[in-house]
Amino acid sequence: MNILTLLKPVPNPEHENEIQIDVSSGRVIREGIPQVIDAESRNALEAALQLRDKSGQGLVAVLAMAPESASDKLTEALAMGADEAYLLSDKAFGGADTYATSRTLAAAVRKIEDVKAAPFDLILAGTSSSDGGTSHVPVQTAEWLGRTHISNVCSIEAADGVVRAVKRSEEVMLTFEGEEPAVIAVTRDINKPRFVTAMGIIKARKKPLTLWSAEDLRIDPQHIGLEGSPTKPGRLLAFEQNRAGEELGLTAEEAAEKILQIVRKAGV
Amino acid sequence: MDYNFTAEQEMLREAFAQFAKEEIAPFAAKWDEEDHVPMDIVPKLGEMGIMGVFIPEQYGGAGLGHVERCIALEEIARYSAGLAMMVFTHHLGAAAILDYGTEEQKQKWLPGMCDGSCVCGLAVTEPGGGSDVAGIKTEATLDDGVWTINGRKCFITNSHCAGVTVVTCRTGEDEKGRPLMSTIAIEAGTEGFKPGREENKMGLKGSYTGELIMDQVKVPEENTVGAAGKGMPITMKELGEVGRASMAAIELGILRACLEDAVKFAKERILYGKPISKLQAIQFQIAEIRCDYEAARLMLYNAASMKDAGKVGAEFSMAKYFTSEAAVRSAKRLMELMGGYGFVNEYPAGRYLRDAIGCIPSCGTSEIQKMIIAGETLKKF
Repeated sequence: MNILTLLKPVPNPEHENEIQIDVSSGRVIREGIPQVIDAESRNALEAALQLRDKSGQGLVAVLAMAPESASDKLTEALAMGADEAYLLSDKAFGGADTYATSRTLAAAVRKIEDVKAAPFDLILAGTSSSDGGTSHVPVQTAEWLGRTHISNVCSIEAADGVVRAVKRSEEVMLTFEGEEPAVIAVTRDINKPRFVTAMGIIKARKKPLTLWSAEDLRIDPQHIGLEGSPTKPGRLLAFEQNRAGEELGLTAEEAAEKILQIVRKAGV
Repeated sequence: MDYNFTAEQEMLREAFAQFAKEEIAPFAAKWDEEDHVPMDIVPKLGEMGIMGVFIPEQYGGAGLGHVERCIALEEIARYSAGLAMMVFTHHLGAAAILDYGTEEQKQKWLPGMCDGSCVCGLAVTEPGGGSDVAGIKTEATLDDGVWTINGRKCFITNSHCAGVTVVTCRTGEDEKGRPLMSTIAIEAGTEGFKPGREENKMGLKGSYTGELIMDQVKVPEENTVGAAGKGMPITMKELGEVGRASMAAIELGILRACLEDAVKFAKERILYGKPISKLQAIQFQIAEIRCDYEAARLMLYNAASMKDAGKVGAEFSMAKYFTSEAAVRSAKRLMELMGGYGFVNEYPAGRYLRDAIGCIPSCGTSEIQKMIIAGETLKKF
C-alpha cells in the first residue's frame, strides 16, 4: 500500500506567547519561533505507517509546503519511519491561503504520481492544524485531484482498494466506505504517534528528501502564494484592556456591599 | 568553537525529551516516594536507542557518540536522576565490554544490552573504600581456564537487576608487590553470585544500589574483559571518562529541573499583588541558577565532544566537580525561592536536593576530582 501524508510544520504551541501577527498583512510572523510537526499531521503519519506495516508492502511518502528551514521536520518524519519526503519551498509560495496551498500540494501530488506512474492508494492528513485551523486543505486538495475525501476520521481500515473510515460526530459514530484513491483527514484520537528513536534518526540519513521550487512544479505563478489566494484578511484590531483601579477604603463587609452595587450598576 | 548541537543532535534531544516527558515525568515522584525501580521502562529505553546509544550498529546500538549519550542522560535526569543512574551504570559496564572485550563477548552480550533485555553493571567499590581502587580485596584465582572469585562489593548500582556485571578483582601482584587487577564479567544466576543488601538511600531512587556477594563463583577465563592483570587502567579509564561524563550529565539534568521549576514557580506565585519573578531578590536567584546551568552545560558537552574526538583529559573531572556542586547549590536555591512550598514533598525541590547530594560521591567525590584536575594542571601549565 502506497500512502502519502501531508505534513504541516507549525509554530511550536509551547511558544504561543511569542507568536505575533503582522497587523498590516494579517499574517502570522513565524520567524524566530521553533517549528514542530503539527499534532494531527503526526497522527496522520502514524496512521500511514501502521497501514503500510499492516499491508506488508508499499511505502509512505510525506509532503509539506514550508520554508526550507523546515526540512528538519521532514527528516523527523523520515526518522519516524516514512520512506521518502518532498518539501515544496519557494518564496513564491509565501502568503498562500488554503486555496492556493491545496492547489500547490495537488500539483506536487500529480508530479510525484507521474514519476511513480501510479496514484497513491491513500493520502492522509490532519483535519485541522493548530495554527490555521480551517480544516480546508485536505478537502480542497482532494477536490483539486478529483478524489473521495473524508474528514474528522478517528479510525481507518483499508484493503482490496476499499477504504473504511469512522468519523465521530457529536452523537454517533459514522462509518464511510469509499474506493481508493482517497484523501482521509484524521483527528488526534485516531492513535498515539510513535516516538522518534535514535535508530530511526540514523536510518533517516539514507532516505531521500526532495526539494522542489515553484518552477519544478511548473505551476502557473498566478495560482500560488499571495497572488493565487482569494482570501483577504480583514482589519485586525488590538483591544486595549486597561483597568481603572478604585480604592474603597472600607471594611471587608462594607467593601463587599459596595462591590456588589458596582457590579449590578455595570449590568454584569 | 561552536558548542551548539547539530541538527541531528537537536532532533535526538527533542525525541528523548518527548519520551522523558511522557514516560518518565508522570511517574518520577511516585518512584521516589515508593523507592520503586521501574524495570518495565527498560525495554522502552532499548527501543528508543538509549540503552545502546553509543554502541555500534553492528551490535544493535545506534552507533552515536558520547555527546548523544550525555544528551540522553540529561533528558532522563531532568525528571528522574534515579532512573538515569541505572542507565549510566549500564553504559559504564557496556563501555568496558565494547572497549576491551573480545569479539565473542561483544556479540554475546552487547545486542541484549542495546535492546534492554540485559542491564549491565560495573562493580568496583568495596566496604574498604571506593576511590581506593588499589585497595580492592575481592580476589580471583585462575585454575585450568576457570576463575574462582570470592569477595564482596558494596554501593553497586544495578546490583539487583544486572544481567551481566563487570567485576574488578585482585588477581595477583607484580614484581614489586603491587596488586594486579582484572575485570571479569559475571552473569546473573551464576552459582555463588548474588545480590546482598539493598541500600535504603536518601535520594537517587528509581535505581538499585546494593551489595554483590561472590562466594566461590566460577566463571570461564573467556569472561575476562581486557587482558588479565590490566583491570586497573580499564576501570580507571571507564570510570574517569564514561562514568564522570555520565554523572555530570545527570547533575546537568537536575540543574535544568531546578532552572525550569524556579522560573515556572516565580512566574506563577503571586505575592504583594504581583508574580515574585518581579522581585529583584528572586531574579538574582534565577540568574545564579541559569549561570550554573549554562556553565555546566558548556563544560560537559565540550568534554563529551573531546571524548568523541579521542582527546579528553581532565575535562570530565572539571565538568563533574563543577556540575555536582552547582546542582546542590541550585537545588538549595530553588528550595529557598519556593519558601514553604520548597520544603513539602508535593513539589520536587527536595528530591532534586537529595538527588544532587547523592551524585557527589559517585565516580569520585569533589575532592577526588580536584586532585585529578590539579594533577593535570600542574603538569600542563
